[in-house]
Amino acid sequence: MYAYDEIDRTLVNERVSEFRDQVKRRLSGELTEDEFKLLRLQNGVYLQLHAYMFRVAIPYGTLASNQLRALAHVARKYDRGYGHFTTRQNIQFNWIKLAELPDALADLAEVGIHAMQTSGNNMRNVTSDQWAGVAPGEIEDPRIWSELIRQHTTLHPEFSFLPRKFKIAITASDHDRAAIKIHDIGLRLIKNEKGETGFEVLVGGGLGRTPFIAKTIKHFVHGRDILSYIEAILRVYNQYGRRDNIYKARIKILVHELGIEKFSREVEEEWQHIRNSSLQIDDEVIEDIRSRFTYPAYEKLPHMPDELRQAAADPDFEAWRRNSVAPHKIQGYSIVTISLKPTGKPPGDATAEQMDALADLADKYSFGEIRVGHEQNLALPHVAKRDLPALWKALDKLGLATPNVNLITDIIACPGLDYCSLANARSIPIAQELTRRFANHELANLIGRLHINISGCINACGHHHVGHIGILGVEKNGEEVYQITIGGRADESAALGNLIGPGVKFDEVADVVEDIVEAYLALRERPEELFIDTVKRLGVEPFKERVYATR
Amino acid sequence: MTSPLEQKKIRIAGTSVVTANRTWDGAVVYRTASKGWSADLSEAAIVRNSDEAKALLAESVADDVGAVGAYIAPVQVGEDGKVEPGNLREQIRRTGVTIGQPAQV
Amino acid sequence: MPLVNGGKIVDDSFVKLAVDTPLPEGGDILVPAERFLGDAEAFLARAGKVGVIWPNNRDIDELVPYLGRLAAVALVFPTFRDGRAYSQARLLRERFNYRGEVRATGQVLRDQFVFMLRAGFDAFDVKKQADAEAFMQTAKRYSVFYQPTGDGRITALHRRMQLRHSEGVGT
Repeated sequence: MYAYDEIDRTLVNERVSEFRDQVKRRLSGELTEDEFKLLRLQNGVYLQLHAYMFRVAIPYGTLASNQLRALAHVARKYDRGYGHFTTRQNIQFNWIKLAELPDALADLAEVGIHAMQTSGNNMRNVTSDQWAGVAPGEIEDPRIWSELIRQHTTLHPEFSFLPRKFKIAITASDHDRAAIKIHDIGLRLIKNEKGETGFEVLVGGGLGRTPFIAKTIKHFVHGRDILSYIEAILRVYNQYGRRDNIYKARIKILVHELGIEKFSREVEEEWQHIRNSSLQIDDEVIEDIRSRFTYPAYEKLPHMPDELRQAAADPDFEAWRRNSVAPHKIQGYSIVTISLKPTGKPPGDATAEQMDALADLADKYSFGEIRVGHEQNLALPHVAKRDLPALWKALDKLGLATPNVNLITDIIACPGLDYCSLANARSIPIAQELTRRFANHELANLIGRLHINISGCINACGHHHVGHIGILGVEKNGEEVYQITIGGRADESAALGNLIGPGVKFDEVADVVEDIVEAYLALRERPEELFIDTVKRLGVEPFKERVYATR
Repeated sequence: MTSPLEQKKIRIAGTSVVTANRTWDGAVVYRTASKGWSADLSEAAIVRNSDEAKALLAESVADDVGAVGAYIAPVQVGEDGKVEPGNLREQIRRTGVTIGQPAQV
Repeated sequence: MPLVNGGKIVDDSFVKLAVDTPLPEGGDILVPAERFLGDAEAFLARAGKVGVIWPNNRDIDELVPYLGRLAAVALVFPTFRDGRAYSQARLLRERFNYRGEVRATGQVLRDQFVFMLRAGFDAFDVKKQADAEAFMQTAKRYSVFYQPTGDGRITALHRRMQLRHSEGVGT
């Protein structure tokens, strides 16, 4: 866990007082909406269908229990008692009043939480693996670097008015849980042959109207050079990224139009000018940041404690354990994923009561730490195995023990037309219906790993392009119509899905998904062949046939 | 449900109103005939052709201390004079989300 | 439009020329880039200071041969949302060591002053009188800066290193 020092706290407080002044000027009419809009966006404030929406950053997905309580407090005091965890390690509140926002920000600042740059055409919240620091086999904790980059990108004097938003994600594991290939910059932490830490740098990934998988721009950038290298990429983008068309303004379009070779030459040239500047990071700086990350005092615990052995007799516990509990790098401990996808509920939502209760459970069982992942679930990263049965009982009481992690009902969905002013169609009711159709966990387990992603418009906040099954809501003649793709994925083998055919109506979507799943169950070579692998082997055609044969 | 952000040309097919979100709290409001804003759709000024719509929109946009993001939205006026939203988006803005909210207000 | 320089509202000694304004005999002038490059030596030879108004979509490298003789470079913000001139300002200051006036023109508003100061601007054609009057107060809004730029403000990382070392001395 990173502890803010006086310097970080001062900056956050200065930001809150600046925004307070800006809101005051806005409400008095001194600032027009045109002038104010970007200022509020840079503080995480959108205007949605029903109200302002407030997006708060959870950098690299790490939260302390007192921070989660502060989020619950904001939900209760300034909003309607719940929040929505997003795909980029943020939480959104849907009903916030502009006039009260400075107070909400001040309350959050007290526990070192902010909303800086969670929107706007600047560098967004730096995201990382939600299992950072605890995943077995990780090269090193990527959050040290995430925090370094978070600081460097916060209120950057040159890059706060970019052509478009800019997102950076970092992973340090072979299995990419941070979806780095769909980011503007993706960083994969690696070691070179001398054992030095550095990064493979990818650039130009992104979804939206024109999706691209990121390409490698440099195979190894030494850790000490990472800030100057990022700065070089941004300087090229700031100057040459398109500003004439919002849909062509992301760096992915610049990379595509120039070609990765030409783009990387431009970056390289710029980098040579600045790599030996004050942007170079010495070990001492890294050590200083590392020193402010605290790690739990783990106990020496048995691999298989008695408590776990006894609880194994309970099939409900076992179903949850097998689904939601993952190995930890320390023997005797586990990583517990908390599904925010209960049957019939909006994906990613949590009530203030759940947040408070989870904060208490984190204190009791996870050294006061909670993680937030891009799949819109939470995690308790350091649970002693002996505590798993007790934790499960407590989670179950809170409605937070649905054993569906990575299964078909673990759906990623944007807020869609129920909340969002950009949406063309609803997402949440589609997700809700699907969770009801596949509510039987035995069936879901039989199907195995399958990611459904739903977006309510082409902006793709639900990452539909990279869902194993992707669902995109559009509008046609005043009606909601859904286009369905299969074969996408967001991990280290990231790929874009392919359309299976013409769009279908709102009330047909769940039927179509059922057809696709039935086709898969009939077509898979063996039970272990995942949906995504069957699609890869056979292509879209057999699924298309099945879906459209009777339609 | 074309997003109003894409509302470049003003072309109205039937009866319309101007709607926006109130500046201080973001609540959904409608422009009234008395140059004010109301949270009640029945108090909205109804326009029936694009000249009227343009005029109402211009006046509404000018009052951005009162409300922001003003745009023209379709409505249906029943025989009894009752005004109803003209599409799903506006229906949702008027009556709220189509799903249960996780917490009771 | 008030000009802020050195933190204060001052009279602007420069006259901005358009592409076709007749050249005044004396006095300080700001010349559009295209016009300046068309006859640079002639502009530089006349009495009075010369500055150039440089658009944000043209490489600043082209101006480098003249920088030593230019009293000012005015960079342009067509809207405050277009941040290209920040890069140009930093290049002028940090790569080409330009020490003359770097002026922000266009939609220059209060809420961007700190970014502009950090990028190396020292003169501001401020759009609103109230913003110009609030300049000094606004410039002091922040005391913490994470990035090293040419403005010399100490970064958070460096301040931490200093603190570490000073703590180390006593122990």
